[in-house]
Amino acid sequence: MTFSFWHRQKRESELEEELQSHLQMAAQDRTDRGATPEQARGAARRELGNVGLIKEVTREMWGWASFERLMQDVRYGLRMLAKSPGFTAIAILTLALGIGANTALFSVVNGVLLNPLPYANPDQLVWLAESKPNFATGSISFPNFRDWQKNNRTFSAMGAYRPFSYNLSGLGEAEQLRARLITSNFFAVLGVNPAIGRSFAPGEDEIGAAPIAMISGGLWERKFGSSPEALGKSLTLDGKDYTIVGVVPSSFDLALSGFRNTDLYVPLGQWNNPLLLKRGAGLGIHGIGRLKPGVTIEQARADMQGVTQSLAADFPDADKGIGAAVIPLKQAIVGDLRVLLLVLLAAVGFVLLIACVNVANLTVARSSARMREFAIRAALGASQGRLLRQLLTESILLSLTGGALGLLLAGWGTKIALQQLPVSIPRASEIALDSRVLIFTLIISLASGIFFGLAPALKSARPNLHDTLKEGGRGASGSRHRAQGVFVVVEMAMALVLLIAAGLMIRSLGALWKVNPGFDSHNVLTFGVALPPSMRSTSRAGIRAALRRLNDELAAVHGVTASSLSWGAVPMDSDDEDLFWIEGQPKPTNENDMNWSLSYVVQETYLQVMRIPLERGRFFTAQDNESSPHVVVVDDVFARQYFPGQDVVGKHVFLQNKGGRAEIIGVLGHVKQWGLDTDDKESLRAQLYFPYMQLPDEAMDPSSWSGTGAMVRFDPKTPDIADALREAVKRLSSEHVMYGAQTLDEIISSSLATRQASMILLGVFAVLALGLASIGIYGVISYLVGQRTQEIGIRLALGAKRADVLRLVLGEGMKMAALGLIIGLAAAFGLTRLMASLLFGVSATDPLTFTVVAILLMGVALAACYIPARRAMRVDPIVALRYE
Amino acid sequence: MSPRYQNRIELLQGTLDLLILQTLRWGPQHGYGINQAIRTNSGDILQVDTGSLYPALHRLERQKWITADWKVSENKQRVRVYRLTAKGKKQLETERSRWAQVSDGIAGVLNPAKRGSEA
Repeated sequence: MTFSFWHRQKRESELEEELQSHLQMAAQDRTDRGATPEQARGAARRELGNVGLIKEVTREMWGWASFERLMQDVRYGLRMLAKSPGFTAIAILTLALGIGANTALFSVVNGVLLNPLPYANPDQLVWLAESKPNFATGSISFPNFRDWQKNNRTFSAMGAYRPFSYNLSGLGEAEQLRARLITSNFFAVLGVNPAIGRSFAPGEDEIGAAPIAMISGGLWERKFGSSPEALGKSLTLDGKDYTIVGVVPSSFDLALSGFRNTDLYVPLGQWNNPLLLKRGAGLGIHGIGRLKPGVTIEQARADMQGVTQSLAADFPDADKGIGAAVIPLKQAIVGDLRVLLLVLLAAVGFVLLIACVNVANLTVARSSARMREFAIRAALGASQGRLLRQLLTESILLSLTGGALGLLLAGWGTKIALQQLPVSIPRASEIALDSRVLIFTLIISLASGIFFGLAPALKSARPNLHDTLKEGGRGASGSRHRAQGVFVVVEMAMALVLLIAAGLMIRSLGALWKVNPGFDSHNVLTFGVALPPSMRSTSRAGIRAALRRLNDELAAVHGVTASSLSWGAVPMDSDDEDLFWIEGQPKPTNENDMNWSLSYVVQETYLQVMRIPLERGRFFTAQDNESSPHVVVVDDVFARQYFPGQDVVGKHVFLQNKGGRAEIIGVLGHVKQWGLDTDDKESLRAQLYFPYMQLPDEAMDPSSWSGTGAMVRFDPKTPDIADALREAVKRLSSEHVMYGAQTLDEIISSSLATRQASMILLGVFAVLALGLASIGIYGVISYLVGQRTQEIGIRLALGAKRADVLRLVLGEGMKMAALGLIIGLAAAFGLTRLMASLLFGVSATDPLTFTVVAILLMGVALAACYIPARRAMRVDPIVALRYE
Repeated sequence: MSPRYQNRIELLQGTLDLLILQTLRWGPQHGYGINQAIRTNSGDILQVDTGSLYPALHRLERQKWITADWKVSENKQRVRVYRLTAKGKKQLETERSRWAQVSDGIAGVLNPAKRGSEA
């Protein structure tokens, strides 16, 4: 732009010089022919004509005329906007809200859904799991994984990982570290290089290899002050020394569930678990893979199907019915957030539309005041196109300013929202106002400007000169009212759709909170306790004694009303499974033909902690211990599924991994293991409780023992129960570490967090829409009252009652609102189906929500109309008629 | 009165372009020179209004039919000299043949009998 100004100035002076030289040559010719210099100059000048006009016409030839006109329109537009600061401020603010909300949400959609993952060739990356009868994406057994690696033809590499936790001692206070056990090539698959040091070399992940570790950037900073000296130092993890060989860059943030906040990476072979070599064991191992260049996901799936089928043929015991789930890594990371984000994007789109309609409304109202201005310009020869361009320039000026302000709002609002909303969005660190977001903002700003500017501009640019000028500036016409009426109807309809969407989410959450989880989640704390590594040298009996002492210590803490150690599943948090067969039926030949149940290993106090109703028989007592016959308790789903129509108490089952035959002694109510919303839809729901102290000796083996879970019910009046428990654990030894404490209520809340966040956001958008729409209807009714002051005055003078006037005005507004309501209801009826997957316990066309929201909207519309209607009612006929 | 009246002739679309291009055919020339050349070569019948000449020159320049350079004239004056480009030469051919068609057409209208007998 500056260049062309500079360039332009140069041409301007050149044109001047060219014309001057023409003049001089013409004058010269004349003096050559004998004229006096004065005569010659005068004649030459006369011959040349109007220099200004010549320049003007010549300039047009330079092709800058359109730019010139644009600048003129912009200048004029700025002047007009500055003349009505109230209108300008409201319009810009409205647009800033609409555009800002859209930019903010788009930046999230862009960062989470659209941007490629921050790894080399991210489209080649996939997430791997075993598909099993009860789990679409179950964990992969290590021997299977090794065979997948060896036998596939479509992957350039496959890595595996598993969550783990280590007790770190000897480096400050003992603490529990979140770790990942990984195969050597894990970081190579992703293409991530260590910040310093090296990754694991091939073979270092084998069982029996030297203990080494990589640490996260966070731990590096916390424990070593980011000093390169950390390399080669050793960490004491669960009592064993691991040499640090590398530091993972702190930017590494693989947003697969549970990958966050990992402190430590250790080769998978360091896991001292004999089950690692068992083909049938599901040990929480999942994989990531990189496809060979050019291989499609379908080809990879077909390849893996072949691989798993031949494994099933070779190892029917372990691999019958087991396939491979190959899922694009991005999809695995983003998961079910996709629907939510798209619903929210649609919702903010509506908000922006309403904002545009509002501004269009204001523009129409204002343009009636400018009717004369346009008529005069048109009378003086301005073309329709020119007037149209002028008006569009003004609206685009508004929308671009609104967009710039919206961008600020978005940058600030996204940051706040990401912190405040009760949901952790994967890839949140990648959300930013990048160039794509800026382009998006620019486009929606321009589009909004054209959208809300065009309708009023088309009307105003075609002024009826005769009528307008004759009317002496009153400039009211029926068609303008109709346009505003349409705007109000559209706004009402869109606000209704948003309100219904928000209403459905509120109802869903209400329904979810009312769902009985099967236990009393209030005032229960669950946590882990890491036992000292020194305990590895003790006996199995020693372990049992230590566990008993631990629970006694926990139960003795002031404020604890009941305490139970637990192992295996924690409702809505983690799960564990048992394989069994029923006494009297033949033992299945392989594990895949056995029955599955969820496995809860608990103490006799568990029922006091969880308050699960006992339906039949009895629960465990302290006498159900290592020296007494094995007993189990099941839930009613188990009873109905495996013993339909029979009394299950007294029956026997055989547990594959927990010491064989056990008697069923009681039945508990079902617990919603898989969450309040989805539990009913899961296939694996049968539940089995096992006494902690009857765990078979091999499970109590000190060498593989690192810790236990625990659950306590506490008195809500006790302050800081978690701190008191931590102190109690510390009293046992400085190497006992309590970690991962959370209440069951927190676990339930976080299972609803996505829904809660979408409810909050939809609610905010709906309220915004409702506010904008009521401002819209208020503005239109006010405007109409203003226009009809005279008419109202006459009516009153002729004897109309004030209540009639009130009814007249309110009726006008209600007519528009009602029409908007009907259209909105029809639209909502069609649109809310799209969010059905986010709803729970309420249909997408829930009549109650529709009715309540419709009444709410009519109420708000009525209130918005009432203020101008009262003004109309108070019109003084004398004053109104004097205007004439 | 007569030169003003005759100026109307140049309003015929494209004619001025043709005259300018044809004039530049003989060599580079400044605006005043072009003006004088057209006047002289038409035997003082055609006089181009400067208000039409300069816009036309700048338009032809933008269409890249002619280019302009600053030169210093014999009497030490800086003048803007226009020169025909290759594209302009081609354009001149087109304009000339179109002009021939137009004048044939006009001649036909003015002498209908002759044209009719030819047909």
